[in-house]
Amino acid sequence: MAKPKVAIYWCASCGGCEEAVVDLAEDILKVVDAVDIVLWPVAMDFKYKDIEAMPDKSILVSFINGSVRNSEQEHIVKLLRQKSQLVVAFGACAHLGGIPGLANVSNKKEIFEIAYKLTHTTVNPDNIYPQPVTEIPQGRLTLPEFYDTVKSLDQTIDVDYYLPGCAPPPDLIMKGVETLLSGNLPPKGTVIASEKALCETCPRNKTKPDKMVIKEIKRIHEVIADPEKCFLAEGIICTGPATRGGCGERCINANMPCRGCFGPTKEVIDQGAKFLSALASIIDANTEEEAKKIAEQIIDPIGLFYMYSLPTSILRRKQGV
Amino acid sequence: MSENFEPKIIGFMCKWCTYAAADLAGVSRLQYPSNIVPIRLMCSGGLEPSYVIKALKEGADGVFIGGCHFGDCHYQTGNYHTNKRFAILQKLLEEMGIDKRRVRLEWISAAEGIKFARTIKEFVEEIKKLGPNPLKKEA
Ligand code: SF4
Ligand code: SF4
Repeated sequence: MAKPKVAIYWCASCGGCEEAVVDLAEDILKVVDAVDIVLWPVAMDFKYKDIEAMPDKSILVSFINGSVRNSEQEHIVKLLRQKSQLVVAFGACAHLGGIPGLANVSNKKEIFEIAYKLTHTTVNPDNIYPQPVTEIPQGRLTLPEFYDTVKSLDQTIDVDYYLPGCAPPPDLIMKGVETLLSGNLPPKGTVIASEKALCETCPRNKTKPDKMVIKEIKRIHEVIADPEKCFLAEGIICTGPATRGGCGERCINANMPCRGCFGPTKEVIDQGAKFLSALASIIDANTEEEAKKIAEQIIDPIGLFYMYSLPTSILRRKQGV
Repeated sequence: MSENFEPKIIGFMCKWCTYAAADLAGVSRLQYPSNIVPIRLMCSGGLEPSYVIKALKEGADGVFIGGCHFGDCHYQTGNYHTNKRFAILQKLLEEMGIDKRRVRLEWISAAEGIKFARTIKEFVEEIKKLGPNPLKKEA
């Protein structure tokens, strides 16, 4: 019997999710043995036209990482959707919009101006910016069109499953791959991780006092964090209460607070608003002035509450830009 | 902006105080604008910030939140939480490019029907000055 066909594709991403696949170490050999990889731009040489020539739904599963921020990415993910039985959003950017999604506080014009004009290392006296089409004597040159707004994968195509994380940890990747190959499919839309919030499995949870009260908000780089105590109880922002568990508490074990890369739990529609709510409840402020004062200590609320999920938040982007 | 812009305001109000004040304003036949769509909550502390964001996203021109005065919460501390959530939410909305004057929090007891009517009147005036919510989907 022919091996099932698998595609791995990247959109707006850092390459970390590709690295995560390689990090499967010996397990990757099991995967490679079991499947026939038909597209994997970072590692192997295939042409898009080979994919175009395949019959619809002939790929068993496409693992797509990165958010969608230009026309080439949109085109390829739509193509992969057409050719695949299953699509998995792989990693925080495909799942939630991710770090590239923070560009939704800005727009194409501002981003181009900074990247191609204002940075100190750029010299661009003729104001030349990338264009989707440029005619030159030798012919026509094209570039993908850059969009104003970054999207998650499911804001662009239909997605069957999600492998969360920045990047997804090896055990979840293997679990995902094995589940899909077994043919024993979970319900559509399943996020392959825990159903509970990170705090529930966090080893520091037991150090939380019965009633958590914080008088000020500290930033992790300003303090030396106790390696045992719950960050939040110490006043260091940790998004564990509003984040889906299953990551293996990677950051916590490295003495760094959670930043939310696994996204919200199932019932939450807006991870940032949920965390805002949880954080507010433990703050010690009894008057309007005190509350305002402590709110002022939150230096970058968008970056903090929506580090990985701005494109999939209710507002999706900053308004008026 | 059209002259006869009638803002749509979503009002999240605690049943023990502000919602009762609205009732009192009604039975006392106090005049106040009908722009507010009241939503009764068991406690203002039960209001998730996401509801406010969602209301704005869906096109509400303003969101009004009414809770009990400090010390009067039926559940002891609900309104203190509302106060803190509101302060952080205001900061977030501002960063998100939304005029924070579109969201207003007031403490109005069940006895303050007059304050309720006056507050709503003022808020509607303010929102009229701000104009329609730019997030409103084109009709
Ligand atoms: S807030 Fe952070 S440190 Fe505290 S229990 Fe939750 S995940 Fe662990
Ligand atoms: S601790 Fe939080 S940020 Fe770190 S890997 Fe886990 S979910 Fe992601």
